[in-house]
Amino acid sequence: MNNIKHRRQKRILTIVNAALVLAIFVAVFIAEQVLPQTSMLFVVLKKGSIYALIAVSMNLLNGFTGLFSLGQAGFMLIGAYVYGIFTIPEEFRQSVYQYFDGGLIHFTVPIVIALVMAGAAAAIFAALIGLPVLRLKSDYLAIATLGFAEILRALFQWKIIGPVTNGSNLLRKFPNFNDFNIKNADGQVVLYLSTLVPFIVAGVCILLIVLLIRSSYGRAFRAIRDDEIAAEAMGVNLFKHKQLAFVISSFFAGVGGALLAMYQMAIQANAFTSAMTYEILLIVVIGGLGSVTGSCFGSFLFIAASEWWLRGLDSGAFLGINAPGVFRAGFRKVVFAVIIMAVVLFYRKGIMGDSEFSAKRIAERFRRIFMKRKSKIEAVDSIDN
Amino acid sequence: MANKNTVLAIDNLTMKFGGVTAIDDLSLHVDEGEIVALIGPNGAGKTTAFNVITGVYEATSGLVSFDGSPIQKGVTPDKITKLGIARTFQNIRIFGSMTVLENILVAKHMRTKQNVFTATFRLSRAEERRVRREAEELLDDQGLLQMKDETASSLPYGLQRHLEIARALATDPKVILLDEPAAGMNPQETLELAAFVKRIREKHGLTVFIIEHHMDLVMQISDRIYVLDFGKLIANGTPKQIQTNKKVIDAYLGSIEEDELEETADVKS
Ligand SMILES: Nc1ncnc2c1ncn2[C@@H]1O[C@H](COP(=O)(O)OP(=O)(O)O)[C@@H](O)[C@H]1O
Ligand SMILES: [Mg+2]
Repeated sequence: MNNIKHRRQKRILTIVNAALVLAIFVAVFIAEQVLPQTSMLFVVLKKGSIYALIAVSMNLLNGFTGLFSLGQAGFMLIGAYVYGIFTIPEEFRQSVYQYFDGGLIHFTVPIVIALVMAGAAAAIFAALIGLPVLRLKSDYLAIATLGFAEILRALFQWKIIGPVTNGSNLLRKFPNFNDFNIKNADGQVVLYLSTLVPFIVAGVCILLIVLLIRSSYGRAFRAIRDDEIAAEAMGVNLFKHKQLAFVISSFFAGVGGALLAMYQMAIQANAFTSAMTYEILLIVVIGGLGSVTGSCFGSFLFIAASEWWLRGLDSGAFLGINAPGVFRAGFRKVVFAVIIMAVVLFYRKGIMGDSEFSAKRIAERFRRIFMKRKSKIEAVDSIDN
Repeated sequence: MANKNTVLAIDNLTMKFGGVTAIDDLSLHVDEGEIVALIGPNGAGKTTAFNVITGVYEATSGLVSFDGSPIQKGVTPDKITKLGIARTFQNIRIFGSMTVLENILVAKHMRTKQNVFTATFRLSRAEERRVRREAEELLDDQGLLQMKDETASSLPYGLQRHLEIARALATDPKVILLDEPAAGMNPQETLELAAFVKRIREKHGLTVFIIEHHMDLVMQISDRIYVLDFGKLIANGTPKQIQTNKKVIDAYLGSIEEDELEETADVKS
């Protein structure tokens, strides 16, 4: 009996959660139709959703499996390049690959397939790195992945493979988010989808990661994080599961890289620095290691702060205070560093710790408040009697 | 010496850590359905023996066999668990941040007929339900069912030990190795443990190999006892034979009174 009630309760909570997510998507869609396209909000929403996916993919590894990897930028680079290389329309290749005779590749694939290829390519590289490194007991993964990302950055700018990667020149003119906007015959946009699309792609990917985390395999990952020796003694094949987490995490980092390329409309290997990985690591830590919703909140907060709210610190005026002497280029980074230090000092476990923001949590919060009130009322009643 | 239905056998096992010989030429066997105890003073090498059997350490020399066939060197602990050898740890190693139920489900993962794809997309719900039901049955047996959704690390010490036993049983073992299961339990719990070990043996058709310092418990439940001192086997036999063995009294049983008092504080692995 209890079990049936429990299951029904669980189903209701799932529906509420789904409704919450849907409401966010609807809000994004409406905002996009009514607000001016130049609003900073859309920068935050687009880039934030992409970073959310990448942060969650990193959290899968660092937060849920307990493996410390620093290769995110490298896998994003692979994803971005694979996407760009296979989607630039043939008619633009001559101008994009102008120093390489129009390049080597002369076909394109549909965007969705290119996104999957981007992830798959990153996953293959991850499998190759993991093969030797993940068999080692101690944590060589961080060093190996960091080195790998730096090598890739140099490698992709190498002239010899220029016919494919365009060397140190930009890859451009591949389909971007604006191409999803629906236009009428006069070329005027009748329906804006350029923000909703990254939201949907990132949302689907994050949903897949959440399903994985909550499956039998996700439990094995978390067991490894909690106690490697015990996990192995319970029959969890350490290498196989670490490799799996690493490959899947890298797959989604690759997809994230492709999305970032679509957002930026140009790809240059030099941009995928280790500083980018640290940014994402920061988001994961601020949001909470082991919290998917934390990583999502963290991403939007981080992007909003760095791209929007704190911009004034670099350009003379902030919160109505005009002080060009103080608020000049670079000051934003100083303030940002201070904020981050404060977060790390006072919220050791990040905003969310390792729990999730969900209907269940809200319900529990309300129940607690309600119970308190009820017990107070009862207390008053008993005095009255 | 080994009968034909020997489940677990150790032959001439030596384990050295640098200069320290933790186990010195140890041979023993555990037969199907038996409860066999391994006793001896702290540092005698008992836990090390368990660690060699379960593949945590690779033996310096000697052989471990399971069900009549030798376990090859370099086989990882998960493979050995899959063969049918489960264990608990002297210093509790539950998955602290996971719920009580999830701890059991992890142990069931190995034998679950799912791959990462079917698991992620929930394609085998029947399998998932079966696994959950079995896990809840195991928890019920240990009196842990009401706490199934609680974080494992929030359980009191005695219940954490029970959770470890339940988790080991969830791997579907033939042999279970219990490393000081009564450590940290109160006298009442220790008393109940004896009946409990016998019960799980009947219910799961188990063979039990147990390390324990509580002599009452050991003498009460063991079919046979091996005594280890400084890595060497100094005696083996029935509880009666061991209790009257002069060598054992000198090396171990004589000093047990003080040990009994200290053992709750024992956190050595
Ligand atoms: N990993 C290890 N490295 C070095 N020495 C070890 C290791 N594990 C155990 N030992 C040593 O082996 C001996 C036996 O330890 P142990 O098997 O834990 O004893 P017991 O379980 O009988 O109390 C001790 O001297 C201990 O210090
Ligand atoms: Mg020990």
